[in-house]
Amino acid sequence: MKKILLIEDESALQKTLGEVLNQAGYETSSALDGEIGLRMAKESKPDLILLDLILPKLHGFEVLKELKGNKETADIPVIVLTNLESMTDIEKAIELGAKGYLVKAQYSLEEIVQKIKEVLPE
Amino acid sequence: MNFKNIIKQFDIFSQAKKYGLPLWQSPQFLFLVMGVIIIVSTLTTYTIGVRYIDDPIIVALIVLFLSVILFIIATIITQSFERITEASRMKSEFVSIVSHQLRSPLSNLKWAIELLMSGKINSISEKELEYFKILRENSDRMTELISDLLIVSRIETARLPINNKEFSLVELTEGLIKVFNPFVQASNINMVFKPEENLPKIFADPSQIRLVVENLLDNAVRYVKGKGDILIKMGRRKNIILFEIKDDGVGIPKSDHKFIFQKFFRSENALRHQTQGSGLGLYIAKAIVDKSGGKIGFKSEENKGSTFWFTLPINKK
Repeated sequence: MKKILLIEDESALQKTLGEVLNQAGYETSSALDGEIGLRMAKESKPDLILLDLILPKLHGFEVLKELKGNKETADIPVIVLTNLESMTDIEKAIELGAKGYLVKAQYSLEEIVQKIKEVLPE
Repeated sequence: MNFKNIIKQFDIFSQAKKYGLPLWQSPQFLFLVMGVIIIVSTLTTYTIGVRYIDDPIIVALIVLFLSVILFIIATIITQSFERITEASRMKSEFVSIVSHQLRSPLSNLKWAIELLMSGKINSISEKELEYFKILRENSDRMTELISDLLIVSRIETARLPINNKEFSLVELTEGLIKVFNPFVQASNINMVFKPEENLPKIFADPSQIRLVVENLLDNAVRYVKGKGDILIKMGRRKNIILFEIKDDGVGIPKSDHKFIFQKFFRSENALRHQTQGSGLGLYIAKAIVDKSGGKIGFKSEENKGSTFWFTLPINKK
């Protein structure tokens, strides 16, 4: 079973996303802030990370930079899942090595699962 | 600016009230005072100059004194303008922050509803599904309204990013028609798209122009009464592309024509016909078309229908 780490400070989102991803056959774990997220990524080596940008303690971009700068975690695909939608944020995320950029308000849960499947083929 | 607007500028009391400034800080009032001072001082200097020609120091002192007064007034005017600009900037920033903050709880709501509606948690009855649909529609409406508000706040703070490139307006329109198709068919609307052949590509920001076409399509579909016709035409006129969308819907009363591109404006018969809508769509469309170097307009008759059109330049600027 593939493992997905959710780094997301909204517990309600963690719950709904976690539920849908579990039903789609993924194992999920979640972190409520950037620091814990980074630590969990290093420890549990998930197959994919869903990363919010506005996070307590450590901003999503910092988390992404550290993940990509660390040999052990550099290969884990990261999809940014946020409500920020400016071109500068999108470009920065891609430049830092994000595999995808999804604006929460524009996607349904089903579409998000679909996107994850594209990045994480069976 | 027409003649009426110029006259309006001289109504200093209502101008001061409009910007929420005391009279002595209102730019229009201060400009008027400055004008009067300049005229009076020129005449006084001339009169005094003629009478006391022997003592030029007095004349110099009076001119100096008046210059100081004018300088002080000019400073106050500049400050008032700064205050007005600052207030407007803060308003747009406020809208932007609030909108972003509102999006998170709305995403929570939207996804929780989606999960419940999917029946994956518990099976739900027809009756429950009906109410879930109401919840979903309303959370979608709020999401759309917030997106519109964000675009408006970007337009007003001149932060609307424009990434111009060459693209086909025909393809963009065809793509959007596909998106609207299920709704169009369900409403028994006959939508026809007739572009001229071999239309060249245009140079603009496709994501922004998409918003314009989307808004015009959305309006046409919304305000067609029952089974109606929508005709979309596209053609070349010298160096521009003309997009036209004609519907036989509710139309716009003549008295509302001048307000149609105003922010938050919704025509009374539109409100009667369709309660949804923020009154921001056409304002956004106009701002984008203006910024892309095109023109937008319409003709409409109540109960007969409307034709909205816009133009965009073909060549790179």
